[in-house]
This record gives sequence, structure tokens and C-alpha cells, in this order.
Amino acid sequence: MAASGGATASEGTPRRDFLNLVTASFAAVGVGAVAWPFIASMQPARDVLALASTDVDLAPIAAGQAITVMWRGKPIFVRSRTPQEIEAARAAPLSELKDPATDQSRIQRDPWLIVIGICTHLGCVPLGQKPTDPRGDYGGWFCPCHGSHYDTSGRIRKGPAPLNLAVPPYAFTSDTKIRIG
Amino acid sequence: MSIGLHNSDIPNPVLRWIDQRMPVFTMMQKEYGSFPTPRNFNYFWNFGALAMVNLVIMIATGVFLAMHYTPHTSMAFDSVERIMRDVNYGWLLRYVHANGASMFFIVVYVHIWRGMYYGSYKAPRELLWMLGVVIFLLMMATAFMGYVLPWGQMSFWGATVITNLFSAFPVVGEWIVQLLWGGFSVDNPTLNRFFALHYLLPFVIVGVVFLHVVALHITGSNNPLGIEPKGPQDTLPFHPYYTAKDSFGLVIYFIVFAVLVFFAPNYLGHPDNYIPANPLVTPAHIVPEWYFLPFYAILRAVPDKLGGVLLMFGSIAVLFVLPWLDGSPVRSMRFRPIARIAFLLWTVAFFVLLYCGGKPAEEPYVTISRIAAAYYFAYFLVILPLLARLEKPLPLPESIARAVLGGGPLPGGAAAKPMEKA
Repeated sequence: MAASGGATASEGTPRRDFLNLVTASFAAVGVGAVAWPFIASMQPARDVLALASTDVDLAPIAAGQAITVMWRGKPIFVRSRTPQEIEAARAAPLSELKDPATDQSRIQRDPWLIVIGICTHLGCVPLGQKPTDPRGDYGGWFCPCHGSHYDTSGRIRKGPAPLNLAVPPYAFTSDTKIRIG
Repeated sequence: MSIGLHNSDIPNPVLRWIDQRMPVFTMMQKEYGSFPTPRNFNYFWNFGALAMVNLVIMIATGVFLAMHYTPHTSMAFDSVERIMRDVNYGWLLRYVHANGASMFFIVVYVHIWRGMYYGSYKAPRELLWMLGVVIFLLMMATAFMGYVLPWGQMSFWGATVITNLFSAFPVVGEWIVQLLWGGFSVDNPTLNRFFALHYLLPFVIVGVVFLHVVALHITGSNNPLGIEPKGPQDTLPFHPYYTAKDSFGLVIYFIVFAVLVFFAPNYLGHPDNYIPANPLVTPAHIVPEWYFLPFYAILRAVPDKLGGVLLMFGSIAVLFVLPWLDGSPVRSMRFRPIARIAFLLWTVAFFVLLYCGGKPAEEPYVTISRIAAAYYFAYFLVILPLLARLEKPLPLPESIARAVLGGGPLPGGAAAKPMEKA
């Protein structure tokens, strides 16, 4: 880019650099400001966020039974554990666990265990909700995709998954009702 | 051209490595850096770049809107309302897209007007001009189908009226209409295919724009004097002179665009399109979007179905042969005193048609439309061919440099004599 005002080139150079820099910065800020609404539009919309909580009635669930409910498009395992299952979960020494967590830290009220039913390995839904399902070596859940075994507290005990089944945020709204999310 | 690595002079070693194997940087430097451009552009020459930017805006907003839109008759309207209310910045994307269509037509109409006033369609730029007309046609098809997508009352009845245009053709008419509809009325199959085509056509436009630019860079740009540059004294490198000038125009364009989007987003739309489509009730006053009104007025000016349709299509088809209708070797209207007045009158006729197209089909608008439509065609088919023989043009300047710098052909002839501005 040959400047026609060559006589003042040496004097004008720092000023030209400054102008270039200011112009480029201004353009960068502008591009960022324009890009933001586009990126934000891909985040969950307000109607999606409005569906972010799920109410569950626990009354019909018998001891030893489990149900699956949907929360944010994901399966939530709600299990009414038997006293033996609770005892098994609490008896496991923390040193044996891959992702150490006490059973008490994962529940709010006995006998209810509420976890997100998505294997922490690669996102499959583990088996174990139905009485006829395989429940793995530890009586909790078994993920058929890559063979992860979860115990009766939903903790990873064996297989490739790195973490325990996650506990969703929830609260008891009465003795027999919870709200997830 | 020889086979082998390109002899690149890009200083940066990484860019040079790429450039030797794929000389895109050399090409950009040649076509947009040092590209010799007439030194006397006025601001009318901004509008090609503005149209390019507008096309990019339309595709970007359109792709993001398509992530939220549902092309089904039972869900389309609600999905658009969801974009307006629930999707983050959905209102912004939609208003930019909807008003972007209007901005696109404003920009392209000015671009076409400039080409007609300064004779940019004449040899050797005929193909460049014709590719531009193709882009204009594709734009009209894309805009029409886009307007159908929200599935409001205007969408539905606009689609019904425009597709029915094709029923005017004898023998094949009904068959074409059924083909467009995918049924026996405008319905879900129509909406579905219009969405698919509305997504496709902009990329076809990108392709034709590329050819348009290729053709432009062979002949070089026309200029307000309509005479060819005779040497380096008549041109400037595109960068930084016209990148800067285009940037300035772009800022003005963005201001106008922003005023529309943020302060009058529905000014150019129709309230009826916020009523969901109802195949049983036609709105009392149905008109197309403003940018189609001149052609709609021509359609309505003819008291015959087939005649109206033919004249309407003819009003655009005539642009294809404009380079051969206007046989005058003088390009710029600055040097054609009679043609200049005739063309400015044509411009008035265009606006009169635009105005009448938005009015009800009753007197006096019908008669006014007929007069304006008659002049619209007379300009192309009678006045221009006759003036090519009869008109005596003003003397052309010797060169661009002499005309704009006043002095000799050398740049820096700053001892500018007051020169006739032409």
C-alpha cells in the first residue's frame, strides 16, 4: 500500500500504527458484540428453562421398588431402598470406592435414593430399575454399554465409569413428595 | 501458467508456505489490495459492498433462526412467536432478518439504479449486468418464500396469490401450480418445500455473486464518468482507498439498519401477518412486501390475467436485454442530456408504481399505474433505442485524471483549475 503522502511518512508512521490499532480493536469489539446474541441464542430458551423442575409423588412406591422420572430430558432414578440395601451401601468402606462418598452424603431421607440415571462413563442409561434387570455385582445398577457396576447408593464400584451417579438438586415438599430441580 | 509452487512474495513464512501451495493471499492482494479502481467513484459505488455485507447478515441470522423454526403448518406460527419471546435474543435475530430483507432490497435497488444511470450495463459489462439481474431474481424468489415461513395471514395469502400467478399460463399453468403446492392448495407440503428452498437459494445467490465479482474483476469497475481508465493515473489501489470509503458507507448503512431494527421493527411489515394463517378467510387488503409493489402494480394495471402476469415478468426480463436496447456508446447519463431526463422520469415512474401497488385496486390508482407502467416499458423499448440514434451527447472528458484533478494526466497536479463538474 503505497501512501501518496510520502513526504510525511516517517512522522506519520506512529500515528498510522495507532490508527490501525484503534480501528482493529474497535472492529474486534464490534464483532464480539455482534457474535454474542448469536451464541446466546443457542443456549436454552426461556421455555426450556421453565420446564427445569419436576414434581414426584413418592407415596405409591413400595419398598424395594424404583421408578424413573424425566427431569430436563434426563432419566431420574427414584428408588425406595430396602433396609438390607441401605445397610450394604453403608457397610462399604470408603477406601474401596473409586469416587469416595458416604451413603449419608448422597441422600436426604431414608429410604429414598434419587440419582440421575446416566452412566458417568459415556452417557448410557444403566439397567437395574426393573426387578428383572441385571443390577451388577453390587446390587445397584449395571451399565450394559461398557460394563460399569454401581452399588445401592449409586456409587461406581467396578468398570470404566469415573464417577458416582450424580445426585440432582431436589427437596422434599411434603413427607411423600419431592421437587427435582 | 506453469505447474509447480506459486512464486509468492508474502513476507510471513507460514502464510507464504500456504500461498506457495494455494495462492489465495496473492489473489486477495491482487483482487482487493492493489486492484486498480477508478479514482473518481462517488458514494453510489458503495452499494455493491453493502449488498455483499447484507447477504452475509441474512445468511448468518437465517441459519440461527432455522435452529429454532419448525416448518409445519401447525407449529410454524408458534415457533416464530417462541423465537420472539423465549429464545435468547431471538427477537433481535428475527428483526434483523426481516428488516435485513428490506435493507437488502433498498441497497440492491440503489445498486441497480446506479448501474442504469451510469451505463454500467454497457459493453464490455453486459454479462456482469445479466448476472446481476439473475441475483435480483433469486433474491425475489428467496424473499417471497421467506415471507411465507411465519405462516401468518399475509404469508398464506401472499403464497396463494403469487403461486396462482402461474395458473395464468395456458395448458401447463394448472400443472405448475400443483407442482408448486404439492397438493391442491397452499398447505403443509408447500410450507415444507418453501423452507427447504428458502435455505438453499441464498447459497445459490452466493455462487452467482461470486461469478458477478469474477466478471467485475475482468472488466474492472465502471465510474461516474463512464469512460475507461487509460492508465495508472486514472486509478487507485482498492486498499486502502476504497476499503476506507466502503467502510464509511457501511457505518451509515448500519445506522439506518439499526434505526429500523430497534425503533421501527414492524414499520415495513403488515400487522395481519401476526394473525395465524386461515385458509378460509382472506384479509380485506392484501399487498405484498413493499419491495414487490412496483411489479405488483404492473400486474394489476393490466385488465387481463395472462397479460398482467406476462407484463409483470416482462418488467424484469427487459433488464436482461437492456445492454442491447441502449445502443448509445456513451455510458454515463452525465453526458446524455435527454436520456438523463428520460431516466429520471423512469425513476419517478418506478416510485409511482411502488406507491400505487400499495393502494387498493381502484381509481385513480389503476389509471395512474397504467400510465406509469406504460412509461416504464416505453423507456426501455422506445426511448432508449431512439435516443441512441437521435441524441447528441455532450463531449466526454479526455481522461478520468484530467476530469477529477483538473490539471494534466499526472497525479498531484494540485494546481487545480476550476473544472467543469459535468
